[in-house]
Amino acid sequence: MLKLIVNGEIHSVDVEPEMPLLWVLRDHLGLPGTKYGCGISQCGACTVHLDGEAVRSCTLPVSAAQGKRITTIEGLSRNGLHPVQKAWIEHEVPQCGYCQTGMIMTATALLERTPHPTDDQIDQAMTNLCRCGTYARVRKAIHALAEAGAVIPRKS
Amino acid sequence: MTTAVSRREFLKASAAMSGAFVLEFWFPAGSSAAGSADTATEVNAWMVIHPDDRVVIRIARSEMGQGSFTALAQLVAEELDCDWGKVSAEFASPNEHFRRNRIWGSMLTGGSRGIRTSQDYLRKAGASARMMLVMAAATRWGVPPQECAVQAGVITHRPSGRRLRYGEVAAAAALLPPPAEVPLKDPKDWKIAGQPVHRLDIPDKVLGKPVFGVDVSLPGMLHAAIAQCPVFGGKVAHVDASLAQSLRGVKQVVRAEDFVAVVADSWWRANEAVKALKIRWDEGGNGHVDNAAIAAMLREGLEAKDLPQARKVGEVGPALAGAAKVLQAEYHSPYINHATLEPQTCTAWFRPDGFLEIWTSTQDGEASMQAAASASGLPLEKIEVHKMMLGGGFGRRGGPQDFVRQGIAIARAVPGSPVKLMWSRSEDMQHGFYRPASLVSMKAGLDAQGRLVAWHTRVACPSILQVLRPQLLAKGGIDFTAVRSFDDMPYEVPHQQVDYARRNGHVPVGFWRAPGQQNAFYRECFLDELAEAAGQDPVAFRQGLLPPDNKERRVLDAVVHAAGWGQPAAAGVFRGVAMAAGFGSYTAMVAEVTVSPKGELKVHRIVVAIDSGYVVNPDTCRAQAESNVLFGLGSVLYQENNLKNGRIVESNFNNFRLPQISEMPKVETLLVPSGGFWGGHGEPAILPLAPALCNAIHAATGKRIRSLPLKHHDLRPA
Repeated sequence: MLKLIVNGEIHSVDVEPEMPLLWVLRDHLGLPGTKYGCGISQCGACTVHLDGEAVRSCTLPVSAAQGKRITTIEGLSRNGLHPVQKAWIEHEVPQCGYCQTGMIMTATALLERTPHPTDDQIDQAMTNLCRCGTYARVRKAIHALAEAGAVIPRKS
Repeated sequence: MTTAVSRREFLKASAAMSGAFVLEFWFPAGSSAAGSADTATEVNAWMVIHPDDRVVIRIARSEMGQGSFTALAQLVAEELDCDWGKVSAEFASPNEHFRRNRIWGSMLTGGSRGIRTSQDYLRKAGASARMMLVMAAATRWGVPPQECAVQAGVITHRPSGRRLRYGEVAAAAALLPPPAEVPLKDPKDWKIAGQPVHRLDIPDKVLGKPVFGVDVSLPGMLHAAIAQCPVFGGKVAHVDASLAQSLRGVKQVVRAEDFVAVVADSWWRANEAVKALKIRWDEGGNGHVDNAAIAAMLREGLEAKDLPQARKVGEVGPALAGAAKVLQAEYHSPYINHATLEPQTCTAWFRPDGFLEIWTSTQDGEASMQAAASASGLPLEKIEVHKMMLGGGFGRRGGPQDFVRQGIAIARAVPGSPVKLMWSRSEDMQHGFYRPASLVSMKAGLDAQGRLVAWHTRVACPSILQVLRPQLLAKGGIDFTAVRSFDDMPYEVPHQQVDYARRNGHVPVGFWRAPGQQNAFYRECFLDELAEAAGQDPVAFRQGLLPPDNKERRVLDAVVHAAGWGQPAAAGVFRGVAMAAGFGSYTAMVAEVTVSPKGELKVHRIVVAIDSGYVVNPDTCRAQAESNVLFGLGSVLYQENNLKNGRIVESNFNNFRLPQISEMPKVETLLVPSGGFWGGHGEPAILPLAPALCNAIHAATGKRIRSLPLKHHDLRPA
């Protein structure tokens, strides 16, 4: 049995240690907000937070996530919407929406670490792939969040 | 006529099978599955009104990111005159659709048709319901309906000031006959349609609620992964599944004619077992096909004699012979996969009561029903297709319903359990219905004054219709998607001929966002070549070929004005222009690029003007322009699917690149609706993207780009 801390709750799961975290979340813990897109850490649809850092869960063996705080889109905010989710609604960012949970997780980690990212820093951090064409609005929403100081920076 | 909401019936039926069902399965935003549906009233097929005035609008088309879920609801709500803040939307049930004699019209979502081919009956449905609600109130009061006014779902009897809410009269209204005459509002008076209202699907999408096909979760559900014959048209010859069957969680190996699937208790375990299968394929006769064979097939078509003609105006032969200057060029495009970010998926459940339920990301609920009926042998009445949100569609999930047929074959082999099939990315990349590769030759003549007098185009291109809609092939086997932009060219050229060589090969081709958009690339780049040969500015040359009052001319004028064409650009920045019409709309674009001395391209700015007649949601129209720019950009910069040993070479996003955020240009969208017609927004803006970019690259480097993607070109200035 592996012990996982997901969205603040402790779960015991009986899975192979090499099973990627993505599939433990989706198929064993019933958290389908984290998506499969490529399985090789290219697209970022599977992005979750591991101890606050954005990681791609499709290639992360679940054994490597033991003992760490795992946050998925379902646990991003305990009360209502997270500021990033609010900004995503306000700026009408998603189209099909499939990549957007990963985008939101990456953007949140970026803003927690870099409260006022430059365009270059956004380019460096936001490597999630979108097939629909939401990039311009992703950038706009991140800048708006930075300007409003809406995301609480991480102390580290 | 208290509502018989199909979803409720379905839920009741499902709940009888499994008590946990309702808790386990989340419906998309706005579903009337829960709550006070018992007392809600279906006023007509398009809407249900609750006693507390909530209005649930039924959406027959699919939502794949383009915003139809919201915009179609806006059209109904506009004429209904309800309170938009109380509107939600739900997908209409395909099963009920057939049981009620196709009451919701077409369910097909493609060709940028969602709004333009349903706006009339949607608006009439809203207006008709409003008239019935007013009549119900007037009858209750015993007054003439003409004395009543409606605002935001509240009916007021003007002389007395008495009021009734829609929720109070919906049940009575539903019993009235629909009015025979249903006048519609002048779009100038719209208050809900035409406004950039917030999309109804976004709140759930930012929460990661399970709304996509791959997110379906049912009690006792198993997961399936699949291996399809890597050579299109091939079959399974032999399977050794002994190792796969021994792996943890594996329940069953399903062998079909052209695929092998593994069913397990999680998708990862199923897919690991697929990797452990030892499959010998019968490749059929196509295991040798490579890029050279495809090129040879297209070359043979291009040079074939006596091709059918898609257009003939005047006599190009003598006109070209008499021209002062003749230009000829060949252009080429590769196959490209749709690469929807959500892979193909289908969940199927043969219920113990003989009913088949399907949950899938489909662009056409009716096509999914028909595919399910033919694959299962069940009548349509015994099938329900639950339309899920699509993680991208782009044409992949409409005509081909391969995933539905597979899902049914797999579920049938595992009686009693719902099974969710999801393709791996490599299966998705290598089993598409690709944008056709094509080879086109254009020959055109200018007279001594530089006027375009003749244009002869020969198109060699696989036919999408032959694969997916053979009944739509025109006389001589002409596929309109293969010749568009040439057979409907708006430029005034006295002598024109378009020949079409239909050459299909074994690679399946399909409707890839703006099917035939390669032709806009060819035509608009060749037009730049002709402008240069005529010694004219590319915009002035185009304007000279268009009558002053036509719609193409109007969008062209709008975009060149907004982009500052003719005024100096910033240092090192070069512009290109293109114009195209399609999918009911008219589009023109100016691209601004820089090309570094090392040949690195940067696309800075795209200005696009679109005339779609009317605009239902300006913000989603702008989002669609941004979407078209990015989708087109990927195909211009990187994307191609190559053939080797009969197989697609590319397997994932590491060798089939999608552009990143750093590559997204600034997009300025000019919505210039001129009224009087209804055009689409899902595809038109992709048409001018490749030629506007390549024309800008020529301006920057002096190099003509006649094939894509650009990754094969050395862009260092000549």
